Amino acid sequence: MKLVVAIIKPFKLDEVRQALTAIGVHGMTVTEVKGYGRQKGHTEIYRGAEYVVNFLPKLRIEIAVSADIADKAVEVIASSARTGQIGDGKIFVTPIDHALRIRTGETDSDAL
Amino acid sequence: MGALSFRAATLAAPFSLATISVLATPAFAGTSEISAADTAWMIVATALVLMMTLPGLALFYSGMVRKKNVLATMAQSLAAVALISILWVAFGYSLAFVGDGPWIGTLDRWFLTGMTMVSVNPAAKTIPESLFMLYQMTFAIITVALVAGSVADRMRFSAYLLFSIGWFVLVYVPLAHWVWGGGFLGAAGVLDFAGGLVVHLSAGAGGLVAAMVLGRRHGYGTENLSPFDLSLAVMGTGLLWVGWFGFNGGSALAANSRAVMAITATHLAACAGALTWGAVEWAIQRKPSVLGMISGAVAGLGTITPASGFVAPWHGIVIGVVAGLVCFWACTWLKRRFEYDDSLDVFGVHGVGGMTGILLAGVFATASIGGTSGLIEGNPHLLLIQLYGVGVTLAWSAGITYALLKLVGVFVPVRVSLRQEMEGLDISQHGEALQ
Repeated sequence: MKLVVAIIKPFKLDEVRQALTAIGVHGMTVTEVKGYGRQKGHTEIYRGAEYVVNFLPKLRIEIAVSADIADKAVEVIASSARTGQIGDGKIFVTPIDHALRIRTGETDSDAL
Repeated sequence: MGALSFRAATLAAPFSLATISVLATPAFAGTSEISAADTAWMIVATALVLMMTLPGLALFYSGMVRKKNVLATMAQSLAAVALISILWVAFGYSLAFVGDGPWIGTLDRWFLTGMTMVSVNPAAKTIPESLFMLYQMTFAIITVALVAGSVADRMRFSAYLLFSIGWFVLVYVPLAHWVWGGGFLGAAGVLDFAGGLVVHLSAGAGGLVAAMVLGRRHGYGTENLSPFDLSLAVMGTGLLWVGWFGFNGGSALAANSRAVMAITATHLAACAGALTWGAVEWAIQRKPSVLGMISGAVAGLGTITPASGFVAPWHGIVIGVVAGLVCFWACTWLKRRFEYDDSLDVFGVHGVGGMTGILLAGVFATASIGGTSGLIEGNPHLLLIQLYGVGVTLAWSAGITYALLKLVGVFVPVRVSLRQEMEGLDISQHGEALQ
């Protein structure tokens, strides 16, 4: 089992969700986050006062998938979230030790 | 609010059948006839001006502060409404508008004593005195509430309440009397239709001094102090804008052509101000900001205020353009040059706008609109009178504000502690916070 965490541009969420649904990933957790990478921040000007905004709004998507489709999931997230502009985001993949569905008590791959 | 309202007989005539004839007690016999049309319009205008403070100014201001100070900023407008209304009824109205001494009125209408169903104020003989009192109350409220914007994010709430009481008594009430209540500025011929001196310059000058006495916000110039939610400020601007129809239009004190002329000039000035400020930003900063456009609209509104009712509609466009340019300069270059932290630009928008408007009223005053000729109609003397009004208002408001803050400081620290400021005024002053 793998946990795929993707940081993406907020307006790309629908495309990413559709792409994941198409390969059979039927659950995800989305969080509104702020952060920066190479894009750094941007400058805002209010009545002449300039402020550098370091943290830009992004979405963090988490999906838990079986190891055999993790690579495919990463691939479709990357292709659907990509604009080619700086600030498209990143994808991280980590192993999952254990999983449990609270309602039924099913564990590991049955719980995904 | 010109000293005595000029009424267009043509408009009043059709409503004469509907007017309430005054079968007055002997004391008021023959003094006036209350007009139903004027009364109806002034009730609406009163509601519009009250709406300017709550929620208009509350939204406009709180949208521009940081999230941790939103409720505290709204609380200042809210407190001004509650506090000043009571003080106005208790003695403010009487001292400002009853009696015609050069310096101050009388206490004859203390707690509205002697105000009856048929009494009128000499300044507005066709509406009930109670309505005139209420209408003027809304001006006192917004003026006090305006000052708070300059010290947003750092003034202790208890100190704000004490300061507001003092400022109302010592700055607003005398100025209202001097300009509108039969005092020496009105007698000198100073033109201030709806409050360029009494409202905007007095609040702006007071705000500037208050910002300097309290000092700059923690993190000013180094930290990101960007607005919490400018969409609130846009909504506030809309309410202020519409409310201003009552502010300037109502200052005719009658439902007549002059009121509509004032509203027309007011609306055009707001439009021209918004476009001008946006255009200047576009040229200098490469993008026309929403904050810039709403600032320009409010600058145009504040600047046309003293002139509306004295100038022709197209003058409103010229005045709005000048307001956009001058106030932009004051909020950017001037503020940076002198390094004061007027948080919400009360001086830059209202002070500079009010001053500019008073002087432009002296330039554009048109006899066929308001009965007085200005510079362009060959009366340069009016400009000097207007300058005199600016000087007196600036000096009085600035001086009293300074002394008052020092006095309040004896009783309670005017500024919150650094820890409270960093924590936010919502939680430290009111025990609440936006989540």
